[in-house]
Amino acid sequence: MFTTYRYMLRKIRITLASITFILLTLLFLDFTGITHGWFGWLARIQFIPALLALNVGIVVALIVLTLLFGRIYCSVICPLGIFQDVISWGGSRQKKNRFRYSPARKWLRYSLLAVFVFALIASFFASFHMLFGLLEPYSAYGRIASNLFAPFYRWGNNILAYLAERADSYAFYSTEVWIRSISTFIISLLTFLIVGYLAWRNGRTYCNTICPVGTLLGFLSEYSLFKPVFDQEKCNKCGLCARNCKAACIDAKNQQIDYSRCVSCMNCLEKCNKEAMIYSRRRAKVKEERTQEDDSRRRFLSVTSVMALTTVAARAQQLHVDGGFADIEDKKAPDRQTHIIPPGGVGITHFARHCTACQLCVSVCPNQILCPSAAIGRMMQPEISYERGYCRPECTKCSEVCPTGAIRKITTADKSATQIGRAVWKKELCLPYSGDVKCNNCARHCPVDAIQMIPNKNSESGKELPVPAVDTERCTGCGGCENLCPSRPYSAIYVEGNVKHHEI
Amino acid sequence: MKTNQNNTINRRRFLKTFGITAAVSGMALVGCDPKNGKAVGGKGSGIASGEMTYRVNPHTGDRVSLLGYGCMRWPLRQRADGNGEEIDQDAVNDLVDYAIAHGVNYFDTSPVYVRGWSEKATGIALSRHPRESYFIATKMSNFANDPQLRSFEGSSALYYKSMEDLQVDYIDYYLLHGIGMDGMDAFRGRFIDNGILDFLLKERQAGRIRNLGFSYHGDIEVYDYLLSLDIQWDFAQIQLNYIDWQNATGRNTNAEYLYGELVKRNVPAVIMEPLLGGRLGRLNPHALAILKEERPEDSAAAWAFRYAGTPEHVLTVLSGMVYMEHLQENVQTYSPLIPVNQQENEALEKVTELMLRSDYIACTECQYCMPCPYGLDIPGTFAHYNRCISEENLSKSSQDPNYVKARRAFLIGYDRSVPKLRQANHCIGCDQCLAKCPQKIEIVQEMQRIDLYAERLKQRLAF
Repeated sequence: MFTTYRYMLRKIRITLASITFILLTLLFLDFTGITHGWFGWLARIQFIPALLALNVGIVVALIVLTLLFGRIYCSVICPLGIFQDVISWGGSRQKKNRFRYSPARKWLRYSLLAVFVFALIASFFASFHMLFGLLEPYSAYGRIASNLFAPFYRWGNNILAYLAERADSYAFYSTEVWIRSISTFIISLLTFLIVGYLAWRNGRTYCNTICPVGTLLGFLSEYSLFKPVFDQEKCNKCGLCARNCKAACIDAKNQQIDYSRCVSCMNCLEKCNKEAMIYSRRRAKVKEERTQEDDSRRRFLSVTSVMALTTVAARAQQLHVDGGFADIEDKKAPDRQTHIIPPGGVGITHFARHCTACQLCVSVCPNQILCPSAAIGRMMQPEISYERGYCRPECTKCSEVCPTGAIRKITTADKSATQIGRAVWKKELCLPYSGDVKCNNCARHCPVDAIQMIPNKNSESGKELPVPAVDTERCTGCGGCENLCPSRPYSAIYVEGNVKHHEI
Repeated sequence: MKTNQNNTINRRRFLKTFGITAAVSGMALVGCDPKNGKAVGGKGSGIASGEMTYRVNPHTGDRVSLLGYGCMRWPLRQRADGNGEEIDQDAVNDLVDYAIAHGVNYFDTSPVYVRGWSEKATGIALSRHPRESYFIATKMSNFANDPQLRSFEGSSALYYKSMEDLQVDYIDYYLLHGIGMDGMDAFRGRFIDNGILDFLLKERQAGRIRNLGFSYHGDIEVYDYLLSLDIQWDFAQIQLNYIDWQNATGRNTNAEYLYGELVKRNVPAVIMEPLLGGRLGRLNPHALAILKEERPEDSAAAWAFRYAGTPEHVLTVLSGMVYMEHLQENVQTYSPLIPVNQQENEALEKVTELMLRSDYIACTECQYCMPCPYGLDIPGTFAHYNRCISEENLSKSSQDPNYVKARRAFLIGYDRSVPKLRQANHCIGCDQCLAKCPQKIEIVQEMQRIDLYAERLKQRLAF
């Protein structure tokens, strides 16, 4: 009985972790929105998103979970944690029993937590959103999945769509693969490489030195009810447990465990062939050793974040054009005074404070209008641009998936009455105004009939072709006019964002 | 009843015999191993059962194959330098070789076809064969907006350029292109006032044009006028199929009248649009069932070709074949032609009724409207719409039992057949395409109708 349970625990952990990891990854890969209806809650139970969404129930539940069983969160719920376990498992296959106990780098942990908390609080006053978005583990994984994994998933889908088309089936449809923001892509790639390297070499280094959630939960897990403890009578201090501890938190010589770093992975329980490690309520005395932090690693990290900060400008991929048709020039984003955020985003301040830049909304947007920002203050946080589509009236996908409350849940009815921006006419670009081609595409496609075509009495050609006139009171800022305007690369009508969304 | 049964049995036996012959010749043709025991030569296999049917031109005595090759849709490929597209000359050569090897000898092109590349490509492919093994038809095209090309100098230069591109020193069949498109005045301006018709008549006398004729779309006044002139036309090209026989759309005239006028004046008819731009090849299941009941092995396209080839004054039936399979099937249909009988005619009338009740857009995908200055794919959009009608994926109401499936098929199929930026929602209604359409389709209205329909589906609105 006693022997079976110790093996069971690790297997249960791996099973649960695999399920959450696959489903969470799928949330970032699936562009049809089907999985989000079923498993969207997995994003909502992430610690920082729940905290930002003021989801008290979930935050309390996670704290209680940690106080009861230790940092199970880091092993089973956090996708970045599980991702590191996968990589670390690969590393362990190459070299068995490779870990060593290392003292905690407390100074580094606490200072990074302090930076994170500072950024979180400071973001209420200034633009520090990017910093906590960068460190937050769930969002870091979200960026990796949506920037690095999703393209492969989509290419795979496109192959299926191609085959389906040959077979006259409508089971799959093809989707666009494009880099929405170079800077965010580079940050994701660097995160992937750094975290991946650390995991391959040293297991859970990221979680126990850098991750603010890990540090925070580490405080709690020191006092957790259940934890792995040494059975001092059975233990022969062979050190096998320590050499298989990816958190490097078992001091086998002194039979002590640093519970602030233990992620309750249960590996030590299975590895110990003397059955001297048990998961129980018994308390073992723990003494902490104070150590100096690893200077070189910190420098390395600060360099990468500076690099990430200075990376410039996003550029959309080019669209290939068939020779048989007139060339269609790509649209270019106009210089907006105020950027646009999705309906449900309340206002740019609310949005900036709550968004952790996990890219879940970017992954699900079927209209290709959400892109991570390249602006320094809100780097990686999504904003809207209408070069590839517009905010279609029937869609509320981003508001359905947002785990942090940055985009609040909104119905299509409320959305149609919410102004996120308003259309501005640039008459010098407008076809019927400047030339003699009649056009009413903006008016014809306005879902709220905010555009009327009015005869142009002042036209140079004397033709009095009707030109669009915007009723700002009715305009929702959906961008239908901007997207469908025939003027290229700059539209003759574009949307200027609202600082605060309001009802019309 | 009894005789009828006998007939059917006879035909079956007849087909069987021919099937065996075809199987043997087919094997010889493709060089496949007879030991593999696979049955070849059945309907749809693309292997002809007999000799191509020929019709004799009463004016020159030309023996013209009933299947004529329309060169307005040659296959395209990406250019090696990645810079757009070009004609896939290898594929064109293969198609032309196959066609000539199977008795096709009439090739119809024009200086405007396939973005102006058709004559050159056709010339390259045909020049690899003896000159007397094929007849070339090309045209004095319209160029509605180009006064330079419409002058006498421009027009005669066009004529010489055709000979050069086609690598020939005489043209077998020369046509005034698309008379009636814009009415009587436009016709006079294009062919009479600049003296080009007189020039062409002289060229005929000189033997550099062996047959002079015209192709007709649109205003019937011009058609009647041309036939009333004191000119013996050697042939005329008209739109004929079982829909257009009595139910021509737009400003087109019923083929029954057009054909009748030609018969009266002993002018052989060259047939275009036997498939109505492919629509008669993609019938909806109900319509197809009517035809399959009569001849279960024949495709809808085979029916349409047999219909167009049945009238005896038809010299040749043009088909713009892009794929080898289509070429093979059409060759098979006319090798030899089995004329449409009375009973079959009645079946086609039933199909016509069904077709007329549907909401088809009369587009034949001739590409004359292209390129749209705003980059739209007009024929592609119409083709998708028509295809959805044929496949019963166009909902009359959101309460239709198959609405969910039809919605998905329409929207996914739309993105597959037309790139998003070239779809109907980008049509601004500039009207520049309207004058170019030989079927006189209200292109802007239809585009907006399709856009509205797509929008309803996207928004899941009830209708």
